[in-house]
Order: sequence, then C-alpha cells, then structure tokens
Amino acid sequence: MSMTRRIPWMKYASASNFYPLADRLVPIFMGLALVLAVIGLYLGFVVAPIDYQQGNSYRIMFIHVPAAWMSMFIYLLLAMYAIISLVWRVKMADIMAYSLAPTGAMFTFIALLTGALWGRPTWGTYWIWDARLTSELLLLFLYLGYMGLYSAIPDRQRASRAAAFLAIVGAVNVPIIYFSVIWWNTLHQGSSFSFSEGASMTDAMLYALLLMALACWAYTIAVVLRRAQALILERKKVALWASQISKK
Amino acid sequence: MLKIEGLAVEREERLLFSGLSVSLSAGEGLHIVGENGAGKTTLLRVLCGLTLQASGSISWCGQDVSVFREEYCSDLLYLGHKNANKTELNCRENLRLALGVLSVSDEAISDALHDAGLGLISHLPTRFLSQGQQRRLSLARLLLTKSKLWILDEPYVALDYKAIDWLDSHLERHLKSGGMLILTSHQTLTLSSKIRVLNLGEQHA
Amino acid sequence: MHKMLWALFSRDMTLFMHRKQDVVTVLGFFLIAVALFPLGISSDPELLRTIAPGAIWIAALFSTVLALDRLFSEDLDDGTLEQQMLMPVPISLMLLVRLIAHWVITSLPIVLLAPIMGLQFGLAFNEIVILTLSLLVGTPILVLLGAIGAALTVGLKSSGGLVTLLLLPLYVPVLILGSSAVSSVMNGADVTAHFSLMGAALIISLVLSPFAVATALKITLD
Repeated sequence: MSMTRRIPWMKYASASNFYPLADRLVPIFMGLALVLAVIGLYLGFVVAPIDYQQGNSYRIMFIHVPAAWMSMFIYLLLAMYAIISLVWRVKMADIMAYSLAPTGAMFTFIALLTGALWGRPTWGTYWIWDARLTSELLLLFLYLGYMGLYSAIPDRQRASRAAAFLAIVGAVNVPIIYFSVIWWNTLHQGSSFSFSEGASMTDAMLYALLLMALACWAYTIAVVLRRAQALILERKKVALWASQISKK
Repeated sequence: MLKIEGLAVEREERLLFSGLSVSLSAGEGLHIVGENGAGKTTLLRVLCGLTLQASGSISWCGQDVSVFREEYCSDLLYLGHKNANKTELNCRENLRLALGVLSVSDEAISDALHDAGLGLISHLPTRFLSQGQQRRLSLARLLLTKSKLWILDEPYVALDYKAIDWLDSHLERHLKSGGMLILTSHQTLTLSSKIRVLNLGEQHA
Repeated sequence: MHKMLWALFSRDMTLFMHRKQDVVTVLGFFLIAVALFPLGISSDPELLRTIAPGAIWIAALFSTVLALDRLFSEDLDDGTLEQQMLMPVPISLMLLVRLIAHWVITSLPIVLLAPIMGLQFGLAFNEIVILTLSLLVGTPILVLLGAIGAALTVGLKSSGGLVTLLLLPLYVPVLILGSSAVSSVMNGADVTAHFSLMGAALIISLVLSPFAVATALKITLD
C-alpha cells in the first residue's frame, strides 16, 4: 500500500518541512495579532458606549470573553492533537499539543483573573462558585496536570504518550465536570447571577469582541508555532547527542 | 513457530536496530549478544509485547502476537531483570502465586524448590534470601511451567557455578523436548545444544 | 480463565494479610482527616451537620488517592506487574479484578466506618444510611478513575502530588453527586436522581475504566 496520493498538508507533519513554513508564518500572525488587538481595544475601550448598568467595568469583557473562549478551544485542539499523536504516532502532533498547553493555561488564567476583576464591581465579590468559573478553574488544573505529567516523565516518548492519554481523558471529562457543576449550583443556591452579555450589545461591542477573539487566535498561532520550532530544535539536539553516544 | 520480520525498535529518538528478521522453530535456541545499550533487553521486551516496536511484525504459530495476545502469552514465559518475587512471602507462596494460573500440586512445588536448592529455606520470607537464591527462586518457575517459549533476560546473573549447571540442565531439557529459548547473556554459553547467536551490534541500519 | 482471575484476586488478598499496616495507615488518615473538620471549623452542632456530607466525602476522596499510591508501585518495582501484564487473560479483565480487590481492601473499611463518622457529626439514622450508601456506590468510581492516574504516574519520583493534581478534576463530579445526595436527604429532598446518576457513572466506569487503565499501563511500561 503505497502513499502515492499524498495529502499536501501531510507534508508539514514532518519537522523539516514544518520548520521553514513556521519561520514564514510566525511574523505574519504576530503582526496580525498586534493590528487586530489595537483596533479591537480601540473599539472596545473608546468607541463602544458605556453600559447603563455596569458603567465602564464591563469593558474587561473584551479581554475576558476571548480568553475564556481560547482556553476551551485550545484544550479541544490539544486533545485532537493528542489523539493524532497517540493513534497515528505523528511526532509533530505531539509537539503541537505540547506547544499549545502553556498558551492554553495562560488564557485560562487570564480568563479567571479578569473574571474575578469583573466580578468585584458587578457582583460585589471577586469569586463566586458559579458553574462557569468553577469549570474554568478545573480546566486550569487539567492544563497544569497535562504539563506536570509531561515534564515529570523522564523518557520523552513515554511522556508524550502518557500526557496525550491524559489530555483525552480530560477532554471526555470537561463536559461531565461542566454539567455536574451546573447541577450542583442549582441545588445549592438559586444562582441569580447572569452574565447577560448578549443582552444589550451594540455593533461596536460586537466587532470589538470579534476582533479581540481573532487577535487571540493570531497570537496563539504565532506563539505556538514558535514554541514548536524551539521544541523541534531541542529534540533534534537530544537525538544527535544520543546517536553520537551510541557510536562511541 | 516464532517469526520476527523487519523489526525496528526506537528508544528516546534513537534507532536501536532495524530490519531484524529471525525465525525460531521447535527445539531451537537464540542467544542475543551485543554491547551495553545495544538494545538486548528492549528486544526481549518487544518480543513479549511489553514494548512497542517502531515497525515490523512478530508472529507466533502464524498469528500476529499483538492480535492473538492471550494465546501467545499462554505459551510464553518471560523472566526479566527483576525477579518478580514478593519479599513478604516465602518461597513456596511466591512460586504458588507466580504459577497460580496453573494447577500445580504442592508436591510439585516442593520438588521444584528442592531441585533449585531452596528446599531447606522454603519457609523463609524471600527478603532473607541472597541475590543468587532469589534468582534461583525466580528460575524455579521454569521447572513447573508448560510454556513452549522461554524468554530469559540475563538468567545467569548472580548464580554460582553449581546453579549455572543446574540452569543449563533445565535449558537443555527444555530444548530437547521441543521448546524454544531466547536469552541474553554476557558470558559464553556452556550448553551442549547448539544455540544460534544474534549480534545486535551488527544489526545497525 | 476465571481460575486465573480468582488466583489473582486471592494473591492481592494474601499480600494484604501480610501488610495490614498499609490499610491501617489509610484508615487512620481517613479518621484523622474527618476529625480535623470540627477542630478546624467549629464544634457548633448545626454547622457540623451542614458540613458533614462534604467533610466525610472529601476525607474519603483523599484516602482513596493515598491508597492508590500503592496500587501499582510495588508491583512495578519488583517486576510482578510485568508478569501480570503477560498473563494469558485480557489485561483489562486482569486490572478489573485487581481494582475490585483494591476496593475491598482499602475502600470497604472506609464505607464501614462512615456510619460512626456520621454519628460524630450528629446525623440522623436515615442520613447515615444515605451517607453509607453514597460511599458504597461512589468509592468504587473513585478507585476506577483513580487507577488511571495511578497507572500514568507509577514509577515517577514525585508521583504523590502529581497524581492528586491529575485526579481532582476527574473526582469533582463524583464528589458533587455523593455529598449532595446526603445534603439533599438532610433537606428532606428526594435522592433517587443522585443514586441513578451515580449508579450510571459506576456502570460506565466499570466498563470503560479497565481499558483506560490498561492503555495507561502499557504506555508506562513501554
């Protein structure tokens, strides 16, 4: 069974093709992220009108909401790469999964932090055990667990497979956690808090949110590609060193 | 019976060997040699299905061992570097637990322990045993098993001259009765049966 | 085949008889952890009743994590785990048997001690019954899920802290279900929903978890 009809993007599953491509893409996406973020922040912080209920504090949403979206998208993406690396043993998939994790954890942390800062003026407290906040916190633990397991196993091949498996188990668990926390919440307190972000959204707010989300995507792509490049170099060095030892 | 085709094994981004093809039929033995780090233990673990190969296939009686795992395992006896003895238990209990799967009579276990030179200390918890005695207890399984394929990783380590002769006699008996044997060892074998040698150092890609 | 599995089960029981101190440690941990809640919070009977379900459940959860540390580590060190992986039975079935044995040895005593803990916190009879039942259904799920984490971290130097980090997110739904069953009965609510969900979770994890643990162990032993 020969692979005569190669899918073009499979070409980039090999590190040597990926590396120069990433070199070209990183500056483009970094620039894009910067431009989108500047416009998005301008729209969000200057053009968008003051909310009649929340005043100016709602503007943190332009950071909080994209960060929260990213934190979940990145985990899904990570789990997908984990499946690819575990089932088909594509090394680039493992590198991509591992490169995504720190950025995902960062967005989760930003979402939690901005959520707390937003909560203070809105609910009068930094933290409530709301279903979304609690799930987000557990998502942070899932990211930390993935990275922790990866770095705790000395054998790299084993580390990648064990962490990939954990990521998949975590991905199965995310919805279960989410629904169980919602259920728990309705049991304990008639959660009267509502985010109501879609309620009175002006066009400027909507565009600002959209642009910020795109900026976050562009940033993620740029950073993850760069991190993947660094990992490729690092592993190549280890492989070289190992083969030199064995030839001695 | 055992057929290895185009086997390649990678460890830590490093190709240990590739294109390894060997077959072994009834009554044959294979002695795997190679420098430290050549991948002898890894090869044995791959043959047991404990470690995954990068490519290539292993079949037992014409069936892929990764598919027919249970059938293969019932014909396989593997002894690794570790003795797989529980230090809290005595020799008899250890042997019984290791072979709990087979219906072995108490007399057979006693006989095997005597044969291994452990008859007088069979009631002691194994933590009181010396390295060589622990190894002999581990090897005593060979006397009770009905497995056709023995895969032994450095079985001679920690054995004294008498015990080496004892082990040799049982390896001979196994080969004569149509069994198969794969082992690693740094010393030259003193078996009278002819055993093929596979040098992993020459297997480089 | 059931003969082999029975031999495996009795192996774990025999080993348990030789090292009862392990189980005593886990039980001691459970008792002390539960006792710390009144000491750390308050001895107010009303408050104690309110926190009782959570306190006892959290203590049971951490005791499970503590006990899981021993599930594979010694067998990995002395080489018996490899031998078990080479038994001529499906690995998932072999693991299921071992997990059941592990539950009987380390979790069943906790379930049996729970009524006494309930009395200490001033729970009524029917509340104690629900508490014990919730632990009876819930702790097997904790063991089955926890074994995945234990299998992924076995043999690592700093496995204790790591396994807690890996497992706590997985344990949250079980904790919520179990402790809220007890709180609900204290508020006079119906608990059939809790037990149906927990029963479903138990069945799903009984079916799926052995395969997940087998995969994780294969990765670890590779």
